[in-house]
Amino acid sequence: MASIGASPVAPGKRMTLGEGGSALAFAALALLSIVVAAKAWEAAYAFHAYLFAAGSVAAVFAIMNRYNDRPATLPPQEIDGKPNYNMGPVKFATVAAMVWGIAGFTVGVLIAFQLAYPALNFDVAWLNFGRMRPLHTSAVIFAFGGNVLLATSLYVVQRTSRARLAGDITPWFVVVGYNFFILIAGTGYLLGITQSKEYAEPEWYADLFLTVVWVAYLLMFMLTLRKRKEPHIYVANWFYLAFIVTIAILHLGNNAVIPVSLFSAKSYQVWSGVQDAMVQWWYGHNAVGFFLTAGFLAIMYYFVPKRAERPVYSYRLSIIHFWALIFLYIWAGPHHLHYTALPDWTQTLGMVFSIMLWMPSWGGMINGLMTLSGAWDKLRTDPVLRLMVVSIAFYGMSTFEGPMMSIKVVNSLSHYTDWTVGHVHSGALGWVAYISFGAIYCLVPWLWNRERLYSLKLVNWHFWISTLGIVLYISSMWVAGIMQGLMWRAYTALGFLEYSFIETSEAMHPYYVIRGLGGVLFLAGALIMVYNLVMTVRAVKPVVEAEPKSPLVAAE
Amino acid sequence: MSLWNKHAVFEKNSVVLVAGIIGVVAIGGIVEIAPLFYLKNTIEEVEGMRPYSPLELAGRNIYIREGCYNCHSQMVRPLRDEVERYGHYSLAAESMYDKPFQWGSKRTGPDLARVGGKYSDAWHVAHLVDPRSVVPASIMPGYPFLFETPLAFETIGTDLAVQAAMGVPYTREMIENARTDVIIQATMDDPDQAGLLERYPKAQARSFSGRSDGVITEGDALVAYLQTLGTLVDFSTYDGQANVR
Repeated sequence: MASIGASPVAPGKRMTLGEGGSALAFAALALLSIVVAAKAWEAAYAFHAYLFAAGSVAAVFAIMNRYNDRPATLPPQEIDGKPNYNMGPVKFATVAAMVWGIAGFTVGVLIAFQLAYPALNFDVAWLNFGRMRPLHTSAVIFAFGGNVLLATSLYVVQRTSRARLAGDITPWFVVVGYNFFILIAGTGYLLGITQSKEYAEPEWYADLFLTVVWVAYLLMFMLTLRKRKEPHIYVANWFYLAFIVTIAILHLGNNAVIPVSLFSAKSYQVWSGVQDAMVQWWYGHNAVGFFLTAGFLAIMYYFVPKRAERPVYSYRLSIIHFWALIFLYIWAGPHHLHYTALPDWTQTLGMVFSIMLWMPSWGGMINGLMTLSGAWDKLRTDPVLRLMVVSIAFYGMSTFEGPMMSIKVVNSLSHYTDWTVGHVHSGALGWVAYISFGAIYCLVPWLWNRERLYSLKLVNWHFWISTLGIVLYISSMWVAGIMQGLMWRAYTALGFLEYSFIETSEAMHPYYVIRGLGGVLFLAGALIMVYNLVMTVRAVKPVVEAEPKSPLVAAE
Repeated sequence: MSLWNKHAVFEKNSVVLVAGIIGVVAIGGIVEIAPLFYLKNTIEEVEGMRPYSPLELAGRNIYIREGCYNCHSQMVRPLRDEVERYGHYSLAAESMYDKPFQWGSKRTGPDLARVGGKYSDAWHVAHLVDPRSVVPASIMPGYPFLFETPLAFETIGTDLAVQAAMGVPYTREMIENARTDVIIQATMDDPDQAGLLERYPKAQARSFSGRSDGVITEGDALVAYLQTLGTLVDFSTYDGQANVR
């Protein structure tokens, strides 16, 4: 194997088991993919098989090239007594997050306007709302959010453990493999490959591949923790672990399918009907709970204290809120199925636990906000910290709204309407995206070793433009959702339903336009951010000393 | 303070922490999901329910592929306005062969759980090709391409076989006849043809798109599926109390 390539091999240079093994595995995958592509039943599936083949071949080349170019010894764990952090994969995921973020927000704006102006569907298969909507949700949740989680978790686990990432090939396999999964998922939706389970649309082969990537992620994370120089595992890492482990469990449970054939993209669920509905929302609500909440709380627990230069407000509160949050969240799924054919007792359990969930959620909010005690003045001067604080406020708001909407009588009105869509976006735009923006604004100067951001003024513009966008979005969806819910159940004096369905749909038009404009503002803000980040890397002077940051200590 | 110190076990050992997380998150899921496989009202069998015919199943797969569930629910809740607008509330049994379920979560368009038989085939075709031709204020995308694309059903028997392996009562006879059943149901006007109705009671057989050249399009399958939705259980004879404990 070492003979591949022209450069002479240094004496004593050996290919590691990881390099040889993964090159062989990718070569085998390439071969399998080509066979599948040749015998595939559907053209779209053949296309995916070719993508897998191309990706595997590229991976083999990359591994070989890397081997040829590297010195005989692997990068050291420490240099001059300081950990030799592995930040390449973190940089990759950071850039990927912004690229996918812009793509996801753009598709979001398009589908928002499709609902206002249906001509924008162009009556073309791959452009219609039904295929674009999963593209939007996956792009923002799994592509943007997922890459933010990868970037921050790999950064935080190294920093708080004072140890280099475990593995040599693995970190790259995890970040590149994850983004390859996103590519397969996204192109699949456009080509009509979906298993129709919300937020879990990718078909069996993409799910299988993601499982391999995810197990590698978990192992790498745990092995890095094992190498830590600090006695305690920092609180952010508890949340990252809960996120990684639980998402793995949910992914396996909800994607229990049997493919029609190795040569077909189509599969059928093992579960059906009411059981499948319960499994889906056990998954779906905990994708919110563990992907969009636990993971991003981890970001809060590292980046807010770091930026505010204050310790986390309460160590005990973080313990209570961690265990309470992960225990209670899992039960909340049935509130997506109120008044359906799911048994009443399950619905009631879902409602009760959703309401209880309010408490640990606000525990987390308090712990995040109070971390600023003594540093509130920074909100005036640091728009990055302001982004993160507002994100925690949005977290508090949507974790109040959620329990309220899970109450059965409220849900009978809100369910199936745009109120739900508004609620999701107050969490997604206000909480998830804002804490991500805050973290990325911190990360880019750190990773590229720059003195500061290119322009805090532009961060300010980003903040205000996108906040205005969020306000337009959620207020228009509140009005639209509550109005449509009330119109559906409106009766005339004679006891007839007052509105036909299409009348309630027509009434939504102005709100759909306002929502679309809100989306445009949010996208505009994100574009300003991209410009600011690019200029930070290009035009800001590098830092001279390497480790300016104070260590993180939790309050006792 | 000793209790707080005990938490160090989790903080100092990542394997213990992961085990703790798995233990804590497992409980809720087990309590809420496992009983659904045993309780009478979630596994009740209701007269009239049968697996989808191959054509209906193919149509259902088109419904899934185009993401119809993003805007249409298939779950009538037992609320006065819904029952009056859409019909009898949905039973668990009515989606017992739905892999995966299509209850949906948003009604940008109306619920479709009982849309079968409410509109003519011609209406569905016109509506799918150009929704605004029949509902001027509709915001639904048009799907003209469905009626130009021939349905791929060469391998539909495999789909039935896979479902049969998971417990859906497709018989050998049904699997073997799957391909011809598609042709019979989509082109013949006589539902009794070749035992189709025996295998799939209440199956509707005709050219759903109105084509007479014998080409079966994806649109035909989709309309066949839509026309079946909610029609299998006869609610004039359904005893809602039979499965209440």
